[in-house]
Amino acid sequence: MRRVSLAVNGVRHELDLEPRELLVYVLRERLGLTGTNVGCDTSSCGACTVLVEGESVKSCTVLGVQADGRDVTTIEGLADNGTLHPIQQAFHEQHGLQCGYCTPGMVMAVVSLLADNPDPTEAEIRSGLEGNLCRCTGYQNIVEAVQSAAAVA
Amino acid sequence: MATTETRTTARVVGTPVPRKEDRKLVTGHGQFMDNINLPGQLWLSVVRSPYAHATIKRVGLEGARELEGVVAAFSGAELAADWAGSLPCAWPVTEEIRMPSHFPLAFDKARHVGDGVAVVVAESREIAKDAAELVEVEYEPLAAVTDVGRALEPDAPIVHDDFETNECYVWKLDAGEIEQAFADAEVTVKRSYRQQRLVPAAMEPRGALAQELPGTGELTLWSSTQIPHILRLTLAGVVGVPEARLRVIAPDVGGAFGSKLDVYAEEALCLALARRLKRPVKWIEERSEAFNATIHGRDVLQEIELAATAEGKITAVRVRLVSAMGAYLQLVTPGIPLLGAWVYAGCYDIPAYSFECTGVFTHTTPTDAYRGAGRPEATYAIERVVDALATELGMDPVELRRRNFITEFPATIASGLTIDSGDFNASLDRALEHLDLDALRAEQAERRARGDTKELGIGLSTYVEMCGLAPSGILGAIRYVAGGWDAATVRCLPSGTVQVLTGTSPHGQGHETSWSQIAADELGYEVDEIEVLHGDTTVSPLGMDTYGSRSLAVGGIALHQAAQKIVAKARTLAAHQLQVPEDELDYEAGTFTAGDSSVTMKELAFAAWSAHDIPPGFEPGLEATAVYDPPNFSWPGGAHAAVVEIDTETGDVQLIRYVAVDDVGKVVNPMIVDGQIHGGIAQGVAQALFEEAVYDEDGTLLTSSFTNYLVPSAAELPSFELDRTETPSPTNPLGVKGVGETGAIASPAAVMNAVADALAPYGVTDIDMPATPERVWRALEEARR
Repeated sequence: MRRVSLAVNGVRHELDLEPRELLVYVLRERLGLTGTNVGCDTSSCGACTVLVEGESVKSCTVLGVQADGRDVTTIEGLADNGTLHPIQQAFHEQHGLQCGYCTPGMVMAVVSLLADNPDPTEAEIRSGLEGNLCRCTGYQNIVEAVQSAAAVA
Repeated sequence: MATTETRTTARVVGTPVPRKEDRKLVTGHGQFMDNINLPGQLWLSVVRSPYAHATIKRVGLEGARELEGVVAAFSGAELAADWAGSLPCAWPVTEEIRMPSHFPLAFDKARHVGDGVAVVVAESREIAKDAAELVEVEYEPLAAVTDVGRALEPDAPIVHDDFETNECYVWKLDAGEIEQAFADAEVTVKRSYRQQRLVPAAMEPRGALAQELPGTGELTLWSSTQIPHILRLTLAGVVGVPEARLRVIAPDVGGAFGSKLDVYAEEALCLALARRLKRPVKWIEERSEAFNATIHGRDVLQEIELAATAEGKITAVRVRLVSAMGAYLQLVTPGIPLLGAWVYAGCYDIPAYSFECTGVFTHTTPTDAYRGAGRPEATYAIERVVDALATELGMDPVELRRRNFITEFPATIASGLTIDSGDFNASLDRALEHLDLDALRAEQAERRARGDTKELGIGLSTYVEMCGLAPSGILGAIRYVAGGWDAATVRCLPSGTVQVLTGTSPHGQGHETSWSQIAADELGYEVDEIEVLHGDTTVSPLGMDTYGSRSLAVGGIALHQAAQKIVAKARTLAAHQLQVPEDELDYEAGTFTAGDSSVTMKELAFAAWSAHDIPPGFEPGLEATAVYDPPNFSWPGGAHAAVVEIDTETGDVQLIRYVAVDDVGKVVNPMIVDGQIHGGIAQGVAQALFEEAVYDEDGTLLTSSFTNYLVPSAAELPSFELDRTETPSPTNPLGVKGVGETGAIASPAAVMNAVADALAPYGVTDIDMPATPERVWRALEEARR
């Protein structure tokens, strides 16, 4: 066990973690933040994407202990007092989700994408989201949601 | 058909109402399977065979049982007495079909990689996983057959020894003078196609949690499933519990595409072990498990032959299939190829028809429904061979299609079914308009003239499909065990809101929104005043669940009828309150009016609930249930077109444009309909260009993760250009048809016809799916030699 201190969505947690515990299970099972989903265990699908220090990472390939001393943002930390984050709002308005399983990871990847490139082209959006799989939407409305969120920002 | 007397003016049906489902999902509050936990729950891990075919000599559980935190471990033999029946197959397609027994754990032989042979149950997910690795299974590996084309060879290893053959069934459908048509034909073309094996890959893996209620023996199962109602019935039979004491709940389900339309071993294991151990038992599938333990799709060899006149009138179609069942028959495995059996003539008027399918066992993961199920295969074969016929005749493929389109509806086709409505020329016209075919052909010619290494290819796919399987009598006639009806209950609560209980079980399709739209228009409520409840057999006990593009055209109509029953009942109460005869009341948008006086549905809901002043014989409450059994299938159709650019030096194929014009009848929510089509096209394009499940000769799945099974990302796909034509279905009062599978049905043929078009000048006559760079490059190299 190792004592770890991490801030998740602005709340500081002190946890005793086993070295093999993955960040995604720390979030889901220790902290009850089940919005971050597990889709593949091989860091291929991106369902588990969260932000660590503002950068998108796949939380199934990060050990909990690696997040020691860091700020983590999950999907639960985006909406402000019940008001959807502009990217969440754009996913809703553009029908950028169907089953919703990839959505938390996809939204977090878009937060990171737009932070790096506030006005991306369609090609930049598509290549920027290459690490996040969606089986429902064919990506078209996700791309439109990103464009719409970029226009609002 | 239902009466139209009480139809109100459409207010929200037909408009893109934003989805009610979204808020919880975009904020991370979806209730997916792994988010559900019960106090005291145990974790199940399944020990799976690494061999495609092996005798199980010994299952050593000592090591696992000794690990701290392990509660129990069982071999298949030790659990054999827990099963009252085999995992079900609900579609024994012929009387002679060979149906192997299929228990949740194998106890004599493992028959595919991933076949469960033992289980461990432990206090945590991690301990269960660790313990599973301590189980020592002694196998005697045997030779396996994984190739559908080799299953019937005389020396092929047999999957089920009792049968002494790998043939599962032979199913035939013949109509018209087929031999005569081929004898008289001026032209014939014959082609062989291969539908590669596909992995459905819903983003949420499967999962289940079972609980026995202490003292009562009642069992509750939560499962990431499309079919809670079918599970209640079938699992009751597998674990031996009265159906009435089993409750099945489908929470938020993260995609399915047919792969969760099954009764799975792990669901039965959770139930049986929860009952044995008197504690809740949970299982969550890992992705690496999913690739081997969740059903696959397709894996069919096709041979199709057309007879035609020199003018291009097609006179006969003959189809022969060999279709892989895999190692066992899952819920509807044998029936999947037959869902295409009636539509191999596509949208063409072809008088003679012959279809034969041989189902075969192989040492592979069982196949079953995957988006389109039988109809993508049929559409692919007919649309590709029509292009081949056009080449043979030196005729424009557009013109050849037009010469053969069915143009009069309803149309009874040679295979015996009746297409209720459609207009194939209209959708083709619209698709060509969007495409600007002349300009594309000019660019294609220019590139060829200047020796450009990047070839353009243009492909068409005009299609019609049958979905919303019905009526029940027909399903019985083709030996499907269940009916084709669905049910809905509408309950107007006294305080001004409505509950809709639906028998459909959505997992991404947005039923909560679309169903609210239908109810809102009929009852005059706002969409947000309606709550749609689903996916729990106790809340919504009647239903047939969601698959085969059936939900709107069956369950949506049941809802429409239940709402009409409510309006009829409310009319009686309104007449009583306003003191006028019922037929003098006008009804519109939730208000009954007679002269100057009126009463709203919400007022009537309260009055019906308080029951203080109701007419004699009037049953208190405003609630109605309708069960709807459609008189026919639903028949969407349309025209799709793909434009590809192929680098002839590297074999790389880029899909640069995709036009889809679909006729799905009346549309309830155009935004949701477009989303369904987008997703379907993406999956069909993925079949054409990217995805293939590959076994090696020993039966190991080589493509067993997302790193080597290429589910496309946003970067691999273009934006699709969508449009619609609309011929309302005359079969149901809303005029709607199915839409969930159309994209996946139409698109593989469009893309592969485009690939073939691009490669034709090089002498490449055909190429299999997926058209990967390697396959295209090899085809070009072979043609160059």
